[in-house]
Amino acid sequence: MTKTTAPKGGRHKPAAARYFDASANNSTDARPVKLKRKTQQNFSGDFIKMQERYKLKQPHNAKKSAAKEIKEKERKHKIPQHLLDKYSRGDAVESKGVRTRHFKAQQERKEVYHTYANEQAARTELLLQETAGQLEADDEETTAGYRQKEIAANVDLQSASKHFELKLEHGPYTMRYTKNGRHLLLGGRRGHVAAFDWVTKKLHCEFNVMETVADVQWLHVPTMYAVAQKEWVYFYDKKGTELHCVKRLARVNRLDFLPYHFLLAAANHTGYLTWLDVSMGELVGNFNTGLGDIRLMRHNPANGVLCVGGGKGVVSMWSPKVREPLVKLLTHTTAMTALTVDPKGQYLVTAGLDRQVKVWDIRQLATEPLAVYRLRLPANEVEVSQRGMLALSQGTYLESYADVIASGGGGTRYSHNLPYLRQRCDAFVHGMRFCPYEDILGISTAKGFQSLLMPGAGEPNYDALEDNPYETSKQRREHEVHALLEKIPAELITLDPHEITGVDAPTLQEKVDAKRQLFQLKPPRINMQPRHKMKGRGGSAKMARNKQIVKDLQRKEFISELRKTKQSVIAAHKQQEDGVEAGDVPTKKKKAKVVRSVLDRFKPKPVKKQQPKK
Amino acid sequence: MKVKMISRNPDNYVRETKLQQHKIPRNYDPALHPLEGPREYVRALNATKLDRVFAKPFVCNLSGHRDGVACFGKHPKMLSTLATGAYDGEVRIWDLANRCSVRSFVAHDGFVRGIAYARNAEHFYTVGDDKTIKVWSSQAPEVGEDEEPVNTILSRHILQGISHNRKDNSFATCGEVCAIWDAKHNDPIKTLKWGVDTLHSISYNPVETNVLACCASDRSIILYDQREAQPLRKVVLTMKSNKLAWNPMEAFNFTVANEDCNLYTFDTRKLQTPLKVHFDHVSAVTDVDYAPTGKEFVSSSYDKTVRIYHAHQSHSRDIYHTKRMQHVVCVAWSLDNRYIFSGSDEMNIRMWKANASEKLGVVRPRERANFNYQEALKEKYAAHPQIKRIARHRQVPRHVLNAQRKMRSVKDKELVKEANVRKHSKKGTVPFVSEKRKHVIRQDV
Repeated sequence: MTKTTAPKGGRHKPAAARYFDASANNSTDARPVKLKRKTQQNFSGDFIKMQERYKLKQPHNAKKSAAKEIKEKERKHKIPQHLLDKYSRGDAVESKGVRTRHFKAQQERKEVYHTYANEQAARTELLLQETAGQLEADDEETTAGYRQKEIAANVDLQSASKHFELKLEHGPYTMRYTKNGRHLLLGGRRGHVAAFDWVTKKLHCEFNVMETVADVQWLHVPTMYAVAQKEWVYFYDKKGTELHCVKRLARVNRLDFLPYHFLLAAANHTGYLTWLDVSMGELVGNFNTGLGDIRLMRHNPANGVLCVGGGKGVVSMWSPKVREPLVKLLTHTTAMTALTVDPKGQYLVTAGLDRQVKVWDIRQLATEPLAVYRLRLPANEVEVSQRGMLALSQGTYLESYADVIASGGGGTRYSHNLPYLRQRCDAFVHGMRFCPYEDILGISTAKGFQSLLMPGAGEPNYDALEDNPYETSKQRREHEVHALLEKIPAELITLDPHEITGVDAPTLQEKVDAKRQLFQLKPPRINMQPRHKMKGRGGSAKMARNKQIVKDLQRKEFISELRKTKQSVIAAHKQQEDGVEAGDVPTKKKKAKVVRSVLDRFKPKPVKKQQPKK
Repeated sequence: MKVKMISRNPDNYVRETKLQQHKIPRNYDPALHPLEGPREYVRALNATKLDRVFAKPFVCNLSGHRDGVACFGKHPKMLSTLATGAYDGEVRIWDLANRCSVRSFVAHDGFVRGIAYARNAEHFYTVGDDKTIKVWSSQAPEVGEDEEPVNTILSRHILQGISHNRKDNSFATCGEVCAIWDAKHNDPIKTLKWGVDTLHSISYNPVETNVLACCASDRSIILYDQREAQPLRKVVLTMKSNKLAWNPMEAFNFTVANEDCNLYTFDTRKLQTPLKVHFDHVSAVTDVDYAPTGKEFVSSSYDKTVRIYHAHQSHSRDIYHTKRMQHVVCVAWSLDNRYIFSGSDEMNIRMWKANASEKLGVVRPRERANFNYQEALKEKYAAHPQIKRIARHRQVPRHVLNAQRKMRSVKDKELVKEANVRKHSKKGTVPFVSEKRKHVIRQDV
């Protein structure tokens, strides 16, 4: 107790704004105890706020001090609103409806913490080291006019070295970057598999599996990858050693990996979707979608739901634990040719044989797309970068748009206007990915691989605890362990990933169902065990009679109670209806839709009321 | 053409030598951290599981007494010192850091009933069944010298307990009467009586130091003011209270350990109904002691368990038991808020961690930050059914489980019976009485 006396009032600094006090004035009254020694920092209890013995006098010159305070506020670095919005986790919860004063205060305090956290997060923006790439055209030029060679000639050497081309001969290629954007995996349809660090151009392994390769996919670490071959899916390590042959994934067309769930998702030639937990080796979900041969599949990074595009122009979204699609979205009236989800999980981009590319808001799932592109040829690949650049390929021709998704979809329907950059390749484009945290678009064609420079595509500042392009093997191992500890169970894959943090309130449907169930309730079976009575007191007949009496009584009671509740429900319903009708009178009445028919003209015309002449 | 591409200088991202720390650039943009909710939930689940995995509350066992342990005296200044008294009159002083007893002497004939350290911790007082109050020096005698009390006071009445004032040199004993003593006199300054044969527990209020509270054998709790000639107030419960402890931070509240398996927290200003009834023990509660933060208290019981409660919650947050621990007689919460001591019938004193999964020893700042984060996560997701189940689950001894079942069935039966009586009586003749109101019989002024 003796240690906790507050410092003397003589040398008072002007009170700094404290986040924990509602009013700044109070901060002079109580201050937290400072722990002097380092050993005291293990103290696990609560800090005691001591009241100062004597309240400080009001400052002599109130006006002056007030002015000082205002000055101080001005001096403080103000955080721009758009940054606060960027880091915001949503609006504050109002404490208005909270019942008791205690919980109200608790809620208010929580909000203070949240705004503080939001501000602090927004302040970290200052510390970011890199700025995003950009490309500006000179006068009377357009960015679409620039060729890759010109761009490469104008950037620094390091960036220029990122533009390269590989001529490979084992047929159309598929490709994947790792999550940190450092490594590249190529799979040629005629069996060629190659993994390398594309920045240093160091080859990890290269071999031919002597089978067709349908798709390739990195797993949770850049030392392992899966290859969908003719029959089964095989796992290989960085050196090309076969680790597993997963026979439960048969005849797979498309592979995808959910890094936070450790699930390898595979779409099958016969319409099966399979999720394999690569940490346990278990199938988490495996069922027939009924869509037939699945050619298009991407996962939504924001919630882990698989988006599958079908031949009927419908995108369906799947979770491993639900056998029906969570959502179906009719995107095109023709067959789809490509689909992708942007890395933030906000937009779905689809392309169809109707030569259109549509951008959808995946969170709202409205019936109308945010933007539509009309092309000369159907797009066979679409891809969105981290900063919202859209790339689409039509056969051998490839173009990219910078502004559509970055500006929030635009909200308008686009006609075909000039792209940001365009490129003609020497062969048909089969795969296309933006490299994470780089301004690079990788395209795999029928004749090899090209790495294109796309200034402004990638996120310049990475978070090393999430993905680190410069990670060492030790860091990688550490990261793997942490990621495994935080593996999200497959049950939590839902459309709204924040569902788990919300309040579990019954939906309207559940309420209606509960009410409906009330009307179908049957009295429960009553299993009554009569008390054991001494000899001569009971007898089986008497016992049975007593039993029946008790049963009847309880049954009767249940039925009467049920009737009462039913009646109350009906009464409440009626009252509500009456209330609505009564309430209708003063407000606007909904106009009944007048059905007009062709024969209306034969009806007698309504007689106009003659206005009384003045 | 103006063009700029992301081109990172490795010097800013890779450490130069192995002696340096790795560079960890952070970007808190929510878009780079997807699935925030589920990941946090999994972390909270793991934290809760780890909490249960590391829940090893038993620290050590202090053996040495030759009879059951009857009472504790906490040293007000030294955390590593604890005085204990036994049924055979022996008092031992323990060095808790080294887990050994440093002094032992027979202080009384028969039970040692209470130990209390003086305010300055130079002396401590013991009372025993031999109607004496003995004053002992905190310093151990020289080698070869015998343990001699500094002073022995003969009391006219039998003595059951002792408590020392927190601010001055007076102390109070209870027994037949409540007597206030001064350190310098051998006669009580004042005796206070309210027609009761025995008062068996006494406790000074730690803040309003003139106020005292006693538990009496007529099932009552009596409040005294040492400045006045008469007792202040008395509240009678349905069963006898065994011990009383004041909340050190909210010193207008106190908690009593009752014979009817419950503890009751009272507000001194409103004694008609307890603030809270604390359930969960299955046998008479023998002792209660508050944590120095006033947020929690610990209780010991005849059912061979020690339970920890939040001061404002009616069910315990933790239960401590071992196979060998018999009826727990006395319990104490250490003044650094980290340990709990329990003394039981089978002559042992046990030391427990106050927070079962706390890591003992040096905790590095990063580790501390991690613990704090885990604590916050656990709190945030505490209401989730899976997390709640794991956090609440405790393995209890078979006899406790059986007793709990039995008590529950008895309670259910009583409820059914009351409902039946209510159903068959005239409306309003059988009122609904809340659990809080059931236990206080009357309040005398």
